[in-house]
Amino acid sequence: MLADIYQAAGYSLPAGINTLWVVVAGCLVMFMQAGFAFLEIGFSRGKNAGTIIAKVLTNFSIAGIMYWAVGFAFAFGGDTGHIIGTHGFFLRDYGDPLTAFPIMGFSNASIESKFWFQFVFCGVSLAIVWGTTLERIKFGVYIIYAVIFSAVIYPVVSGWVFGGGWLQVNVHMQDFAGSSAVHLIGATGALAAVLHLGPRRGKYTVDGQPRAIPGHNMPLFGLSVFILWLGWFGFNPGSTLNALDGRFAEVVITTNIAAAGGVLAAIATAYWKTKAIDIGMAGNGAIAALVGITAGSGYVVPWAALVIGIVAGVLVVLSVYAIDKVIDDPVGALSAHGVAGIWGTLACGLFTHPDLASFNTVGSGGLVYTGSFTQLGRQALGVVVVFGAVFIASWLVFWVIKKTYGMRVTPEEEDAGLDISEHGMYGYPEQFIPAPELIGYGGGPYKAVPPAPVTTSSEVTA
Amino acid sequence: MKMVLAYVRHEAFEPIRTELLNLGFPSLTITEVKGSGRQKGVTERYRGAELTNYLRPKIKIECVVAGPDVQTIVDTILKHGRTGAVGDGKVFVLPVEESYRVRTGESGEEVLQTHPGAAVE
Repeated sequence: MLADIYQAAGYSLPAGINTLWVVVAGCLVMFMQAGFAFLEIGFSRGKNAGTIIAKVLTNFSIAGIMYWAVGFAFAFGGDTGHIIGTHGFFLRDYGDPLTAFPIMGFSNASIESKFWFQFVFCGVSLAIVWGTTLERIKFGVYIIYAVIFSAVIYPVVSGWVFGGGWLQVNVHMQDFAGSSAVHLIGATGALAAVLHLGPRRGKYTVDGQPRAIPGHNMPLFGLSVFILWLGWFGFNPGSTLNALDGRFAEVVITTNIAAAGGVLAAIATAYWKTKAIDIGMAGNGAIAALVGITAGSGYVVPWAALVIGIVAGVLVVLSVYAIDKVIDDPVGALSAHGVAGIWGTLACGLFTHPDLASFNTVGSGGLVYTGSFTQLGRQALGVVVVFGAVFIASWLVFWVIKKTYGMRVTPEEEDAGLDISEHGMYGYPEQFIPAPELIGYGGGPYKAVPPAPVTTSSEVTA
Repeated sequence: MKMVLAYVRHEAFEPIRTELLNLGFPSLTITEVKGSGRQKGVTERYRGAELTNYLRPKIKIECVVAGPDVQTIVDTILKHGRTGAVGDGKVFVLPVEESYRVRTGESGEEVLQTHPGAAVE
């Protein structure tokens, strides 16, 4: 139906091509949900594996409805420099989409494709929130916070940063694909959640020393890193919202170079600190570098992307070691998304190429090109505002949840694992129930299973 | 010589091991086992159907000591294993005829445990 309207209006081939690219990029970002699910599963114990599937499905679905209902309108449906958007609720009654959502007016891709692309970003940010909360949080907390986060917290603050809001338009903060707007927002929510939640049982000794609680599946974790890395080729290059100027291919290159630098730097840093080539840190290095290059992917040239990735890879390892001493963050979300997100946002102030700043019409060149601290200051202000706003809002929401519904399962439920205590079933049943199909065999409260028919050797040969 | 055979909750094992080590009894073997007793089973619901598993996971501890040390071992296990709820487990004491150290072929009570003050490698 809407397609008819476009065709009647002479919807053009270039618009169709751009729409196709934005939808495909959005699908790559949607697939990152699988990455977040398996990253968390790999870093959890086997008794808490199944719950993560239920959580990711539930959260993504809540975000899918809330972002359609109100989120997209809050983020993008305002005049340039807005605090909160005012039109586009339920994606209707907005008039001309190119002027109704002005910050995306530079692209003639259809508004549905732009909505899809922005919604999957919201899903990514929400998935990041729960990295700190594994193995001890009540399932209902996911549901309550997901509604508020995807309807209000994420749309409003991300709208300031890349929805044409005041940080982007008036402060001239640069964030191409969301080091701050997606990753720092998610990680800040994660910090607020874990401060109310506390560590897992047994994470710290009585005198406060951190103890290792190893995740149960490094190969699944590895798969998740590759899925996320792939997804980032939608995340950053798709933020061009445009396939015809060729810029998206350059963004692919900066994204990949940064990730490569991050892996190698993280491996080297972990080897320097522990004399072991750390599997988990190799993956964390990739993710931190991808988070770091997200803000700058459309603003920097490849050599700067390599620097950004390497610094992110070093930072994430040192940050995981430091944070683990005081906060129980099972997957390193605060480091890989928070610290690296802050670094990536600030890095624009250092490395943004003046030509690309004017191409994107946001801000000016970075310190190394201009010798000026102006852009760095704008980036720093943006980080402080984003962190402050999301932290205060999230801290209050989790405080209310804690006082009313409660944040944690009981110690007994935590020991038994969330799979059986929250869901009544196991992620890996055979690990806990030997031969489940034979329980009750030969009587008891269950209907007896008839014995298998005996097959003689003569029947087999016949 | 006696073997102390104990079935305890998973979370009881680490405090027991730590205290026995401090008391000079580092040598023991554990197995992750499943057993049934008066403790209720766990009911799983899978796609609408129920499945009750009456076997609960426990840790089985085997520790062979000289006769006079038995009470120390038993007391340590009882102290850390007891929560007061059904499902804390059982402790058995069995006679042991002879013991040998594989590395040297030595036999007798001196192969059983390191005594207080001895170097633990």
